[in-house]
Amino acid sequence: MKFFAKKIAALLFTMFLVSILTFIAFNLIPGDPVQLMLGTNATPQSLAEMRSQLGLDRSLPERYAAWAVGLLHGDMGTSIQYSRPVSSLLWERLPVTAWLAVLSLLLIFLCSVPVGILSARTNGTPVGKFLDSLTMLNLSLPGYFFGILFVWVFGVLLRCFVPGGYVDWREDFGGFLRFLFFPAAAVAVPNIATAAKFLRSSVLAELDCDYVRTALGKGCGRSAILYKHILKNASIPVITLFGMMTAEVFSGSIIVEQVFSLPGIGRLLISSVSARDFPLIESLVVYIAFFVVVANFLADVLIRCVDPRMREKA
Amino acid sequence: MKKNIALRMISSLLAAAVLLSPAACSSGGSAVSSGSSSAQEEKTPQDGGDFVYGLQTQPRHLNPYLNTSADTRVILFNIFEGLVKPDKDGNLNPAVAESYTTSDDAASYTFKLRPGVKFQTGKAVTADDVVYSLSTAAGLKTGKLLVAGLKNIKSVEAKDASTVTIHLKEADYDFLPELTVAILPKGYTEQDTHPIGTGPYMFESYSPQQKLVLKKNPYYWQKGLPHFDKVTFKLESDSNALLTDLQGGSVDGASIANNVASQLGSEFQVIASNSNSVQLLALNNKTEPFNNADVRRAVCYAVNPDEIIQTVDFGKGVRCGSPVIPGLKKYCDTSLAKAYNHNTAKAKQLLAKAGYPNGFSMSITVPSNYTVHVETAQVIVNELKEVGIKATIHQVDFATWLSKAYHNREYQSTIVSVDGATLSPRSYLSRYVSDSDKNFTNYSSAAYDALYRKAETEKDETKRIALYKQAQKMLSDDAASVYIQDISNLNALKNGISGFTAYPLYVFDAASLYRTK
Repeated sequence: MKFFAKKIAALLFTMFLVSILTFIAFNLIPGDPVQLMLGTNATPQSLAEMRSQLGLDRSLPERYAAWAVGLLHGDMGTSIQYSRPVSSLLWERLPVTAWLAVLSLLLIFLCSVPVGILSARTNGTPVGKFLDSLTMLNLSLPGYFFGILFVWVFGVLLRCFVPGGYVDWREDFGGFLRFLFFPAAAVAVPNIATAAKFLRSSVLAELDCDYVRTALGKGCGRSAILYKHILKNASIPVITLFGMMTAEVFSGSIIVEQVFSLPGIGRLLISSVSARDFPLIESLVVYIAFFVVVANFLADVLIRCVDPRMREKA
Repeated sequence: MKKNIALRMISSLLAAAVLLSPAACSSGGSAVSSGSSSAQEEKTPQDGGDFVYGLQTQPRHLNPYLNTSADTRVILFNIFEGLVKPDKDGNLNPAVAESYTTSDDAASYTFKLRPGVKFQTGKAVTADDVVYSLSTAAGLKTGKLLVAGLKNIKSVEAKDASTVTIHLKEADYDFLPELTVAILPKGYTEQDTHPIGTGPYMFESYSPQQKLVLKKNPYYWQKGLPHFDKVTFKLESDSNALLTDLQGGSVDGASIANNVASQLGSEFQVIASNSNSVQLLALNNKTEPFNNADVRRAVCYAVNPDEIIQTVDFGKGVRCGSPVIPGLKKYCDTSLAKAYNHNTAKAKQLLAKAGYPNGFSMSITVPSNYTVHVETAQVIVNELKEVGIKATIHQVDFATWLSKAYHNREYQSTIVSVDGATLSPRSYLSRYVSDSDKNFTNYSSAAYDALYRKAETEKDETKRIALYKQAQKMLSDDAASVYIQDISNLNALKNGISGFTAYPLYVFDAASLYRTK
């Protein structure tokens, strides 16, 4: 119980700290959301009118306090750019980012585990060397490159999907998932190599351990040792890695969303920064902090389930 | 065991390679785009159907009095109309009004409303709606002027249900262009999220960063228009996304950048039109050394607009010598474009005369999201080097540029394109009056102020036009800034769509478009 209480306290503290730092940072940099919204032909009076309407003429501590109190009541404020509640903007976009994250994590898992195990088993052989170079190639190509490549190859050349033809999840859920396949692949591919390499090195480290030698001596088959004993131990660093990757994709794969024109959290984040949309930025930043902490927490819990040694450490 | 795995791997990889090889290629292609600004087929318009247009813009507020940003005006042009409306030649035609008369002293304008004009809700437009709209925009009751051009309005009254008279604070013979301001229904408060006007298309829905959908206004007063039933503006964040949208087929047309046009296939027609804004290298007249007119003139001689147009715009811009767009043919003094022909010797001479024989250092602030301005800055840096001026480029994001450079005027020089809100040359020239709050170049000349005032109050149209031209010449002689070009806009449309109309304003007229196949 103490374990959970400590974790929740840490979560709340992180969210609070992140929101204060963001608030300060955005009020230090130049840029006025009202000027951006109303354009260069606006009269000084309409600028002043809009500022007071949005409450931007109050002092900094006042504005932060108002936003924080609202958040505690579940009201995330109103977006300056779009004049609609931040919560409605978030809920509209969350399914896009969430399903993109789920699909890409699934793809990463399905591809990296076999490749990781295989490259550990075939270590030193030509196959193993080939897999190593493939992984190296994947790691050296930047992530955004895959996004653009997929749009061009699969969208424009091969016509496997219509670039920009995003299907709304409310209108056609099947079509929505189908459209998300290529963006998910673009998010997954750069991460598959990392996860595979992690798994490979931790499996190799386990292969050197005494208990493996003991089991072999007692007549256990190689596959049995691998899947029954080694994998559990080798999975610990990989679980941690997956925790970080989950946090990353759920925060909005900004570049992939931009390249595939997906209305997700990532694109919203970029536009809210350019527009200095304070309520939206604050809420997004708190959401991301929440996800990062929760994802890492879940990874911790999973490790404690997998490895009994960790349970006693609490 | 190992050999089996190896064989399995290799065979599956080969299979994958075969599947993924671009065997049956569909279009794509790098064919040069066909058809530039040549004639379009004038077939009989077919009514009905949908049209999707890609734009690189972020509409925010939809209330026409609050959102004065050019990007959103492009879309709002289809939803709202004023008492008068511009046409493609720059004339003002009656729209919500049917006719008007001006009093002899030009201090009152009386409008007779067009019978049968309705709002998109079906409610008829009455004089009360016009009074409400103009009073709100001019801030008559609230004291908050929302539309700058209406500051001369003293009062607005409804003479009867279909006649409105506007009384001005002082005589103005050229007040009509300001009356393109939108007429809104009285007492309606949701304009920001669900706009209602009298235009050919009515608002249906808006998903930020995705699309804005308009549908045909069944009560529109002009018979035969609009043609399409539904117009969807697809909102993208950059021009590469627009290109893939066009190639992928998810849009019927889009506004694209110059360097992208050559990548379109032959199923598109690319139509060039003016952007109706003047790109300039703005010089802050209040900072050293640009407070010295000779230094400003030297920079004008050093900068070579033709080279900029060739390099940055692929030769597709129109050179300008004054802040008034060349599209306003009646008012623009086009001879000024050649006032400062590239001449490094003369530039060096003027610099020496001003006390800078060895040149000086300067900074050019550019908004980083406008690649065309960043590229122009790079060309200018090289041109200035030839006369001994060392310029460094300072890229900032748009929000910073708007707040620091434009509003606070904290910059030495900057590059931007300036457009005008109305068809009147005043929307381009008024910002050079010394106390104008839009005078971001800090140009200050008592002679110009007097000349502008005279043009504002001149009764005779011919004399007025001559005065506007004189004002432009003064700005050129004083080298208020370095005027470069009117950058061309490229509009890509699928073949089979006709009716594209270019205006001398930053707008997109969806009502005139139709499908011919």
